[in-house]
Amino acid sequence: MKIMQNILNSIKPHFEEGGKLHTLYPAYDAFETFLFVPNHTTQSGTHIKDSVDLKRTMVIVIIALLPCLFFGMWNTGYQYHSQLTSDMEGYQSIYSIFDHFLFGFWKVLPLIIVSYVVGLSVEFAFAVQRKHQVNEGYLVTGMLIPLTMPVDVPLWMLALSVIFAVVIGKEVFGGTGMNILNPALTARAFIFFAYPTKMSGDKVWVHGADKIDAITGETALGQLATLTNVDPSNSEIINNYSLFSSDGIYSLYNSFIGTIPGSIGETSVIAILIGAFILVFTGVGSFRIMVSMFFGGLSMAYIFNIVGLENNLFMSLPAIHQLFIGSFLFGMVFMATDPVSAAQTNTGKIIYGFLCGVLSILIRVFNPAYPEGVMVAILFMNVMAPLIDHYVVEANIKKRLKRIKINE
Amino acid sequence: MDVRIYKGANIKIKGVADRVYANISKSSYYAVKPTDFHLLIPKMVVKVGDYVKAGEILFFDKNNDQIKFTSPVSGVVSDIVRGPKRKILKVLVKSDDEIVYKQFEKKSITDIDRSIIVKDMLNGGLWPLIRQRPFATIANPSDKPKSIFISAFDSSPLAPDNDFIFHGDKELFQMGLDIVSKLSEGTTHLNLDGNSNSAQSFRNASGVQINNIYGPHPSGNVGVQIHHIDPINKGDIVWYLSPQDIVMIARFFRDGKYDASKIIALTGSKVKKPRYYRIVQGMSIKSIVDNNLYEGDKRFISGNVLTGTKINEDGYISYYDFQITVIPEGNYSEFFGWLLPGLNKFSLSRTFFSWLSRKKEYDLDSNTHGEERAYVVTGQYESYFPIDVFPVQLVKAVLIEDIELMEKLGIYEVDTEDFALCEYSCTSKVPVQSIIRKGLDLIKKECS
Repeated sequence: MKIMQNILNSIKPHFEEGGKLHTLYPAYDAFETFLFVPNHTTQSGTHIKDSVDLKRTMVIVIIALLPCLFFGMWNTGYQYHSQLTSDMEGYQSIYSIFDHFLFGFWKVLPLIIVSYVVGLSVEFAFAVQRKHQVNEGYLVTGMLIPLTMPVDVPLWMLALSVIFAVVIGKEVFGGTGMNILNPALTARAFIFFAYPTKMSGDKVWVHGADKIDAITGETALGQLATLTNVDPSNSEIINNYSLFSSDGIYSLYNSFIGTIPGSIGETSVIAILIGAFILVFTGVGSFRIMVSMFFGGLSMAYIFNIVGLENNLFMSLPAIHQLFIGSFLFGMVFMATDPVSAAQTNTGKIIYGFLCGVLSILIRVFNPAYPEGVMVAILFMNVMAPLIDHYVVEANIKKRLKRIKINE
Repeated sequence: MDVRIYKGANIKIKGVADRVYANISKSSYYAVKPTDFHLLIPKMVVKVGDYVKAGEILFFDKNNDQIKFTSPVSGVVSDIVRGPKRKILKVLVKSDDEIVYKQFEKKSITDIDRSIIVKDMLNGGLWPLIRQRPFATIANPSDKPKSIFISAFDSSPLAPDNDFIFHGDKELFQMGLDIVSKLSEGTTHLNLDGNSNSAQSFRNASGVQINNIYGPHPSGNVGVQIHHIDPINKGDIVWYLSPQDIVMIARFFRDGKYDASKIIALTGSKVKKPRYYRIVQGMSIKSIVDNNLYEGDKRFISGNVLTGTKINEDGYISYYDFQITVIPEGNYSEFFGWLLPGLNKFSLSRTFFSWLSRKKEYDLDSNTHGEERAYVVTGQYESYFPIDVFPVQLVKAVLIEDIELMEKLGIYEVDTEDFALCEYSCTSKVPVQSIIRKGLDLIKKECS
């Protein structure tokens, strides 16, 4: 540690006022504070400060994402290997759990590297140009973006969406803490609308699916989207819907464990719940948003169950099953809770979360063109969040004015 | 009336004072610091070399010449220390061996009314003991406060225990209460710590409304108590004092002299024997910290770790403080400090594994543990802010200097100390207390 400190101290003068590399000071500062929590002491206000800082907070979110990441890696291998062999049981004897993981690891790792390298480069460039410190926000965004992508997304496309998210989603507003939209969702929305063929259909969710014939590489939501506006007596439709029954590939059990095709991080309910527990326990993620969004989604799905139009089988999918598929839970735990783009008041968070949940299911069921309603719903609610907060704060102001009137 | 505070936290810091009085050698220097009084512009009356008795005027308030500041001891004015722009920082008095008091008329409380109390307190230099909300400045003697608040306990970290200090001091305290409650036509509130067995002098007090306050810090903050018992609206004024001030006022009327002695606690993890001391207001802390400290870089604070003022090792205790805290200076770098499990790092959040040991007390230092950032985490201030005001929105209103919005959001109900826990817990390390101070000053300036 001492050696590291000495090296940093010896090169520091070059970056300080008057040094040759002074313009790069933010980059140096980011590196130094990454290695060492600085020796700053309190100058005004409280003499002691809590140990938590933004770096710690971001690290906690990354730790919470690790179960999703590791499961996503395993599932990538599992999905590929299980499609290779026509005999559904056979693959288990050929490939071990470790083989699945290792296969997925080498597929997912490049996405993460590209996301971090490209994103952090843009962040550093902005920091140097604007002479401010490099903020830690991208540490989480850089992990979230690959987890919301299909495994076969071309790396250049990923890079482009990362640049779009960081520049348009965040830096134009002034950087971390100032953005209106969730940057990770901005990246996903960009790639979804710019390159729809790489983000939807039945050929992108399983690695190499476009080269293997006759496989079920469709996501649960993609499958369900085909079940709206149909004749429920058609045998093909009945067959498709049976994929969601207890022995189908999209069964409640499989959705819960996560052994279904989908974006890398979204499939496993168990992994997401572990992440949610870490976020709520440490106080980093808002349980208000998570809980209210869950109930928002659940109530909307129940309403659909009750209404249950005959020619729309999507609506009759059991409510809890509805929430376990797609990226509803992943969005609920990791996207909707982004404190910057969510509502900021405690009451506002409950309203915001509830509406996120309602809209997610509403869009998903009624607009088969966007099977992933969660993304659009959260982005929309990001825009609405300041409005919700405004009315919550107004209510507080009114309460205070009323008190004066009573006194008079 | 019972008030329960749910939002807040007690910081587990080492160094609480033992309930023992320690003897000290007398200090020879005493200071009256105009900087202790917010927004005060002093006008000097004495010069260096003048002799003053205890209770004789040193300077007065330039904006209100009735408010006088008197010497706590008798002796020679040895120095008037000035800072940038010739601002007066402190007036030093070299004390006589035996204090000589200026004689004031003794009064019995039965035959005095409000105007006499005010006049005597102003002349004796006791008036600055009374402060007002909003703004936390010295009360204006011509105002009519709607109520008077006395918080009988201090809930801040390592604060002195008033139940110990007031053990026995019954009659004098009751006499002081009788005098003070004559200052307002409204109610005088004496707020006790509901969680503890308060001293008899508090429990048996009469002529005042006794309220029990339950819950963690900042339940002892007078601002929090006012908010829950008799909230301030625009235009309202509430006066407040601390219990030891009450006793000082009573002594003044009983004995006819300005006896500025008080009891303070020396606390903090860098103190070998944290104890209670009987001192005279404005004393140099040198004589109580000498030979009583552990090695290492230290921070000396007049007051508590959340709201106190940084002073030097030979500095002077501030006018409104009853506590000296000495903690380690945190001027060290820590390798990957943000990534380690952090079993030994206290945090109100559970982001460090220190939550495993709940009862442990921590040796907290003055390191900032990270750099200032834009607001990212939300909901944090709200957990430690037991006032029905939106703290973050108020801070932002101050930052954009929107006075109308500040008023709407309830800035009159808060003071900097109420935001201390928010500032402590802030992930983004935003200097909240100084922002709120700026907002209050701005309003004060616009309104006057």
